[in-house]
Amino acid sequence: MLPLIILAPVAGWLINGLFGGRLGKTAAGVVASSSVAVAFLLGLVALRNPAVWHEGWTVSVAPWITAGGVTVEAGLLLDRLSAVMVLVVTGVGFLIHVYSIGYMADEPSVSRYFGYLNLFIASMLVLVLGNNLLVLFVGWELVGMCSYLLIGYWFTRPRAAAAARKAFVVNRIGDAGFLLAILWLAAAGGTLDFTGIARAAPALAPVAVAGITLLLFVGATGKSAQLPLYVWLPDAMEGPTPVSALIHAATMVTAGVYMIGRLHVLFEAAAGTVWVVAAVGALTAFFAATVALVEWDLKRVLAYSTISQLGYMFLAMGVVAMPAGMFHLTTHAFFKALLFLAAGSVMHALHGTIDMRRLGGLAQPLRWTALGFTIGALALAGIPPFAGFFSKDLILEAAFARGGSGYLLFAAGLVTAFITAVYITRAVVLTFVVPAPRDEHPHEASEPMAWPMVALAVLAAFGGLLGARVAGAPLLRALEPFFAAPPEHAAPVLLVTLMSVAAGALGVATGWYAYRRRPSETLGAVGRFFGRQWYIEDVYQALVIRPGHALARVLSTTVETSLIDGAVNGIAAALGGAGGTLRRLQTGYVRNYAAVILLGVILVMGYWILR
Amino acid sequence: MILTALIFLPIIGGLIVLLLPRGREAWMRWTALAASTLSLVLALFVFVRFESGTAAMQFEEARLWVSALGIGYHIGVDGISLPLMVLAALMMPIALLSSWRAITARVKEFTFSMLLLQTALLGTFLSLDLILFFVFWEAVLVPMYLIIGVWGGPRRAYAALKFLLFTMTGSALMLVAIIVLYVQSGTVLPARTFDLTQLLDLRVALPLQAWLFAAFALAFAIKVPVWPLHTWLPDAHVEAPTAGSVILAAVLLKMGTYGFLRFLLPLFPDATVAFAPVLAVLAIIGIIYGGLVAWTQPDMKRLVAMSSVSHLGVVTLGAFALTVEGLQGSLVQMVNHGISTGGLFLLVGVLYDRTHSRQMDDYGGVAALMPQFAAVALIVVFSSMALPATNGFVGEFLVLLGAFRANAWYAVAAISGVILSAVYLLWMYQRVMHGPVRAAVRLPDMSRRELLTFVPLVILIFVIGLYPGPLLSRSDASVRALVARVAEARERVESLSAMRELRGPGDGARGAEGGR
Repeated sequence: MLPLIILAPVAGWLINGLFGGRLGKTAAGVVASSSVAVAFLLGLVALRNPAVWHEGWTVSVAPWITAGGVTVEAGLLLDRLSAVMVLVVTGVGFLIHVYSIGYMADEPSVSRYFGYLNLFIASMLVLVLGNNLLVLFVGWELVGMCSYLLIGYWFTRPRAAAAARKAFVVNRIGDAGFLLAILWLAAAGGTLDFTGIARAAPALAPVAVAGITLLLFVGATGKSAQLPLYVWLPDAMEGPTPVSALIHAATMVTAGVYMIGRLHVLFEAAAGTVWVVAAVGALTAFFAATVALVEWDLKRVLAYSTISQLGYMFLAMGVVAMPAGMFHLTTHAFFKALLFLAAGSVMHALHGTIDMRRLGGLAQPLRWTALGFTIGALALAGIPPFAGFFSKDLILEAAFARGGSGYLLFAAGLVTAFITAVYITRAVVLTFVVPAPRDEHPHEASEPMAWPMVALAVLAAFGGLLGARVAGAPLLRALEPFFAAPPEHAAPVLLVTLMSVAAGALGVATGWYAYRRRPSETLGAVGRFFGRQWYIEDVYQALVIRPGHALARVLSTTVETSLIDGAVNGIAAALGGAGGTLRRLQTGYVRNYAAVILLGVILVMGYWILR
Repeated sequence: MILTALIFLPIIGGLIVLLLPRGREAWMRWTALAASTLSLVLALFVFVRFESGTAAMQFEEARLWVSALGIGYHIGVDGISLPLMVLAALMMPIALLSSWRAITARVKEFTFSMLLLQTALLGTFLSLDLILFFVFWEAVLVPMYLIIGVWGGPRRAYAALKFLLFTMTGSALMLVAIIVLYVQSGTVLPARTFDLTQLLDLRVALPLQAWLFAAFALAFAIKVPVWPLHTWLPDAHVEAPTAGSVILAAVLLKMGTYGFLRFLLPLFPDATVAFAPVLAVLAIIGIIYGGLVAWTQPDMKRLVAMSSVSHLGVVTLGAFALTVEGLQGSLVQMVNHGISTGGLFLLVGVLYDRTHSRQMDDYGGVAALMPQFAAVALIVVFSSMALPATNGFVGEFLVLLGAFRANAWYAVAAISGVILSAVYLLWMYQRVMHGPVRAAVRLPDMSRRELLTFVPLVILIFVIGLYPGPLLSRSDASVRALVARVAEARERVESLSAMRELRGPGDGARGAEGGR
């Protein structure tokens, strides 16, 4: 049963990969979409197994690596946590597959696209269903590979090809940390499967727990685009927009959050690490929101917004409000996917235009798209009763309840909430509201694109009920038994909620008044600082990439050719010279040889006598 | 008998090729392919029938050869030589297929050289007598020298000579060490012998053991090649024809790393314990150095050659981690490197056959013209980058785990290779495959023959990546026995130094005096 959830999209991938050319465009999309639908339905059916709600439903598939002291099995685990992820991945994934049928209709190699997309879903399911850290890591790397393939889908464009490579390499840096954590855990704890880790955790030395969790978090900053490894995600927008929605907003980039939740036993035991996680999350949330404020490319605004919202999720994990973090992951998947799909609809209608300076006035011709985008924007801005409000509010409450440094985290979250409302209102205003001269008449999206947006709009509007107290918070109640009981600090709920709503509302109002007349430049010098991403990319260029390449060049020119090969050739030349000298000894005259032998005998005899 | 048959079948094919009249190039090619494939079938048979769970030699054959000198024809296979035997048998038919159209001059001599090479390589991996081993080891040089020197590129003479001189230097010292071992064997064993299984009972005293270790280690390290002895490799690869590069990378380099496991560790365990950190550090330098240098290469073959230096650093590190995981990983990684780097050279060859250029700048957008080729290349590149679910990950993970257990900092340093491999390989992939299409070149996609050369490699990439059990279980017992042997020596060394400490600092010097 559980393997079938993964095998369904694998089958879709194989069909599209092997017979894609003969399928026809729509058929390719239908095969891919239905394979994900099957996975979603299987996921739902699997929930009926009572084991899911207790210790988790484990299925061992096959032995994988057995050598020396390690035994790693390929096994799957469906429990409360992975159930949420499976449903989000396949559910949102299905909608985006359907949307892609319309969006990619004019592309020449559709089957390649859908094949990769199916492969991504399968890899993501391996990631969330793996019952040990190494299987999770397999999924973790494979989704990175799919991301590489899909960012570079239009590989003849140099920018897309470069962005794909950048994404993979930056992720590899994080993955190196992840892999070290796995090695450390295997060496110190002796096991990599999650139940075994939970059992071994109390016996681990505090240094090991701190080190392992920090290294794991390094991996998370890569995959989930946090400071300082976020740099690949904005460039990843070179990929097709549905890919951005699925991989770079709703699912793959949340893997880091999921991984922390999965290993919550370790993180809960590492007070120092969770503090770092919360701080990095809060800082990233704030940083990315400021960049989104001045970015002109609509998709890149959404990309920075994703980085920022992922920051909120890490903030939640860091203050050990893990159900809240998972809740925000879920609502974010709804509204951010919706925002991306709506942005894609704009691009589709305007033949690829995405610069907001050239957009505007689209509320009339693209009525439904505008409505969808606005619902997504309200959810992102945290305006009640839209989905984002409930989850963000819960995170702010948890930070506040922490007290001490928690107040600082809360303040950062609150300020970011205000900026978030401003930048997304700016996006709505510049894209849809302010008038713009236009010769062409943009047309609303076709049906396969429209329906998924409708579905996501409903989820973005009402998805908050999954965690709203008034509705009984079914998602939170489902997740809470999985995590440790939250610390018993009561937050002044009403005060926090009021402040969070005020920040959102104030932000929306500010955005509206600041941008309805389309200012050409915003925020002056501060804006330029934000626009250069706080000079982080420049620092990388100056401190990592250029020195690294310079070193590589010195090694391959000076060291390799002159030093090492030079030494070798030098030795060869010296031997050649010595050979020439020695050759002169071989005169060929027997009397000379006899004299030398005699001399040698005398020397040896002398040595023996005088010893 | 079966091992003898699989060693000598290729050269029998080679002799038949010599008898064929000139002008019958197709017959020669088919004969060579048949002979090498037959050898592969036997190798696979041995692999299937190989009994795991024992460290003993299997399919053993021992006959006296030169009885007066204690030289025997002694061959056999255990968990350590088994994977390499299969690898050597597998790569030759692939290499022959890849040269089907590329080699048109002196086909008779070429196919004969290739078949002689296969016999010599298989013999090297299966010999259990030091002289027999040395004969095969040296016999590898001749055909490889010819393949580079006759069918190579413009600087082939320089490259071939460099290759020959480097490896001869190492093997000369090894021969001296072999003879010293032989002389030493008379002191302990009933008769002087070159037989490896008997020599294992010989424990050479440490100062001499260290010298013997050094001689063997140098010969093997040049072959691997361990940094900084690697400079012969890029030149040899760049000048060699595709088939030569494939065999050189996939099989020939493994003679060195195999030598570590077969001879160096078991014969000189005390010296191994003492010198393992040195070799581990050199291996790590090689991993990083090779990766950085590969990054800047404009020539694809040179890039892949430098990536070999990096990858064989991983293999060497695993060997000198001296843990079960490390050695298992090292062994798996030897096979993996054969598959993925052999594959990379085949890929470069496919492009080279079409354009006669190895410079990345001459390509661009190839994926749009050759989609099948691009897909295969992607799989091979990801396998070389050790992506999980491919073979590379299993080996690299085990090596890193073994290294971490030996010394956590080894793993920290070596893991930078994980990052660098993505940097240079994806950089190459992007420059060749991606970007705007260069309209000037005509690039038809792969022919069926070309595709066929990749089929076994791609299958193995996924089989070893997903189900390495059959490989790991077969080598398990032999690796454990080897690690136990080294661990015993480590205990000896440690208890010795503990005793010295107990006796105080002056005793060591006096002990040395007394020994004189």
